[in-house]
Amino acid sequence: MMDLSLVQLAWAGVLCWLGLGLAALLVQRLRGLLNLIFPLGAIVALGLAAIGAMALLGHASAIVLPIGLPDLPFHLRLDELSAFFLILLGGAAFGVTLYAWGYFRHQESGSLALLLLWYHLFLAGMTTVLLADDAYAFMVAWEVMALSSYFLVTTDHDQPDIRRAGFLYLLIAHVGAVALLLCFGVLQGGGVEGAGDYTFDTMRLAEMTPFWASVAFLLALFGFGAKAGLVPMHVWLPEAHPAAPSPVSALMSGVMLKTAIYGLLRVTFDLLNVQLGWWGALALALGLVTALYGVIFAAVQSDMKRLLAWSSIENIGVLLAGFGLTLIFYTDGKGALAALSLTAMLYHALNHAFFKGLLFTGAGAVLHATGERNMDKLGGLMRVMPWTAWLTLIGALAIAGLPPLNGFVSEWLLLQAFLLTPGLNQSYLNMVIPVAAASVALAAALAAYVMVKFFGVTFLGVARSGAVAKAHEAGWRERLGMIWLAAGCVALGLFPAQVIAALAPVVRLLTGQTLVNDGSWFLLAPVDAERASYAPLVFFAVVLVTLLLVFIWVRRVYHGRIRRADPWDCGYPEQDARMQDSAEGFGQPIRQIFSSFMRVERETPDPFDRHPRYRGDSRDKLWVLLYQPIADVAAWLSDKAGRLQHGRIQWYLIYSFATLIFLLVFVTR
Amino acid sequence: MALSYPLQVVNLLAALLLLISFAMLSQRRIAGLVTLFAVQGAALSLSTAIVAWSTGQHHLYYSAALTLGLKVFAMPYYFFRLIRKLDVDRDVEPMITIPTTMLIGIVLVIFAFNLAMPISQMSGTVTRSTLGIAMASVLLAFLMMITRSKAIPQVIGFLAMENGLFFAATSATYGMPMVVEMGVALDVLVGVFVLGIFFFQIRETFDSLDLKHMEKLKER
Repeated sequence: MMDLSLVQLAWAGVLCWLGLGLAALLVQRLRGLLNLIFPLGAIVALGLAAIGAMALLGHASAIVLPIGLPDLPFHLRLDELSAFFLILLGGAAFGVTLYAWGYFRHQESGSLALLLLWYHLFLAGMTTVLLADDAYAFMVAWEVMALSSYFLVTTDHDQPDIRRAGFLYLLIAHVGAVALLLCFGVLQGGGVEGAGDYTFDTMRLAEMTPFWASVAFLLALFGFGAKAGLVPMHVWLPEAHPAAPSPVSALMSGVMLKTAIYGLLRVTFDLLNVQLGWWGALALALGLVTALYGVIFAAVQSDMKRLLAWSSIENIGVLLAGFGLTLIFYTDGKGALAALSLTAMLYHALNHAFFKGLLFTGAGAVLHATGERNMDKLGGLMRVMPWTAWLTLIGALAIAGLPPLNGFVSEWLLLQAFLLTPGLNQSYLNMVIPVAAASVALAAALAAYVMVKFFGVTFLGVARSGAVAKAHEAGWRERLGMIWLAAGCVALGLFPAQVIAALAPVVRLLTGQTLVNDGSWFLLAPVDAERASYAPLVFFAVVLVTLLLVFIWVRRVYHGRIRRADPWDCGYPEQDARMQDSAEGFGQPIRQIFSSFMRVERETPDPFDRHPRYRGDSRDKLWVLLYQPIADVAAWLSDKAGRLQHGRIQWYLIYSFATLIFLLVFVTR
Repeated sequence: MALSYPLQVVNLLAALLLLISFAMLSQRRIAGLVTLFAVQGAALSLSTAIVAWSTGQHHLYYSAALTLGLKVFAMPYYFFRLIRKLDVDRDVEPMITIPTTMLIGIVLVIFAFNLAMPISQMSGTVTRSTLGIAMASVLLAFLMMITRSKAIPQVIGFLAMENGLFFAATSATYGMPMVVEMGVALDVLVGVFVLGIFFFQIRETFDSLDLKHMEKLKER
């Protein structure tokens, strides 16, 4: 046992997943065995998380696998950065897979077997992305991840909308992959003369000029940004996430987007040995735009999963802003501050994996129970599905950034990092960054608004349609998965000092410094206990005590004086479920304030209409401004190119002939 | 410098090859085309054998034998059978009139010779001067494919192009490695059989072997 290195164990986990996926195809006639595959996959996920945790403490280990093309073996390496993301992947995948076990219980065998294959291939692909130590293995794993998730997104491919969403996803994934390929090409091209391999080791040794380093960085930002959902490459996200089955959305949003963040960190801090300050400023600006754009659109959605998808865009924006800030500090020589913002960013990545996984699974449970994604047709589900509602509430509170849950810790750390920028040597950045901090705060506040809407409209109030009446509580397997994710949210919120200590090796690897925690085990004080500190356990205790007191007070004192009388209904003699605030109505103020960001299509009924119908649709303006022109140009060019197609073989031969003659003339020059 | 006797024969055969290429361009009947193709194959085989004999490159004998078997006997026989079965030995109407085609062909030959001049100066083989001819016959075969609208002449054009390439290979570098030659020969054989099957399919679908009917297959 001892002679197996951790990276070999991790690779064994990948092989287990691959084996499970293939086994699913073999045993598709045996339903009993087929149902066992999800729990086995979940155990593998937990094992990988454990391997990641061990690797975080130990040293990096590497192996070379003799697979792939001749002379191009796969290089795998498990260092601290990979280990951290491996924990993230394993931890979130464990909960989501348990959930999926229940969620797909009634799926028809044939399609379930295929789904199991793609699901495990997807997990294996993501893990290999994290382990890859050469560009070739990385790209292969990256494409496996993209393709398998494409097939997962299009699970219900009989619906045209879903096929369209899948196509959009695949298209943008490939444009991004091309950028990554070019990026690795640039990194390798700057490498040592004669070293013809594509290992990351060769790239690390490369001495790059600032120009080529910038080219590599921009390509990486574009390529990974396309996968992460960075504005303006975010358009696939709000389409693909609602189209995918909920456990898949949970994995895509919680884990797959993080692999892009991983790649960005890997390329920028590990593979490139030059970093420039303006990259950080660019990433920061893009991140803030993404965060605000995402949260504003999240606020006006009525579709649960679309809302969550936009919220993922917002979180990716926050992560990217943290990344940009880290770069700014790092290039400015402020190692301790870089460590602080990197810690905040990694922490937030981990948090997002858990709470977004939880929210997507919660939304999936509602969708499964009611068959309805439109929040305007839901409501009052808390009474029917109390487990789902309470667990989703934990996720909603966490993502809204309320203490003592995990979302608060990372956002607080990030804001701390922002507030410390006056120490920078660049005066213009000093002046601009408070605005950035304000934007992050605005995004956080709007995220809370979005969550009030999501939770309030879906679970509180009374039912808005018959779909709710036949709703049922999620099964125990689903609940188990959600409980795991919720427990993660709570634990990450209550023990930040321990989490930060665990993150220290990763941060040291990338920035050369670690975050010094001034506080004791229960107190979080990243910079200076005098300046700012946070004790989640104390806070939690105070919250609990206050709640308890209020509860007792209401029960004993208030309810004791209750009077039941026929009310005069405040002028509403007939109360109707439609009088509640709707999702549409809740988002209205945001739509009004930020109307310039979106293209609103509205059909308002005539005042004298007997059967008034109202339709409002807020579209992404970037579709019209950016994607439509590109699509038009592409269509125009293909139309022109289509004229080459005559259907006459002679003409086609003439094309080849002319090309041949042209090339021959060219050669003789 | 006086050329050695075998080399003069090779040059003669090269000229014959070019002449046959022009003859194919001007030939209207399909059966005539097939005969010309067989003659071209024979010339090619003979020249390869002579090169093999004069330079002592033994593997070229195999190439020569392969060419003789495939291009002089097997394929022409197959084509004659096809023509009988499909009953297509009528006059071929070229898309461009034959005199025009010939003129274009002359331009191509001049172009090919011009092109081959610097290359053949670099080449050290005894047969280097024939490189221009080889290239010209490739281009002429291509031209034939373009100007014919029936399916069988097109395939013959394709095979004639392969002949030209083969000749280029022997004249410039004493032939390709044996493995490559075997592979190419097999490819050509399989390709001809597949195309033969296609002929039947095309005629079944369009009641004719005229490829202009395939215009219907385009997207818009």
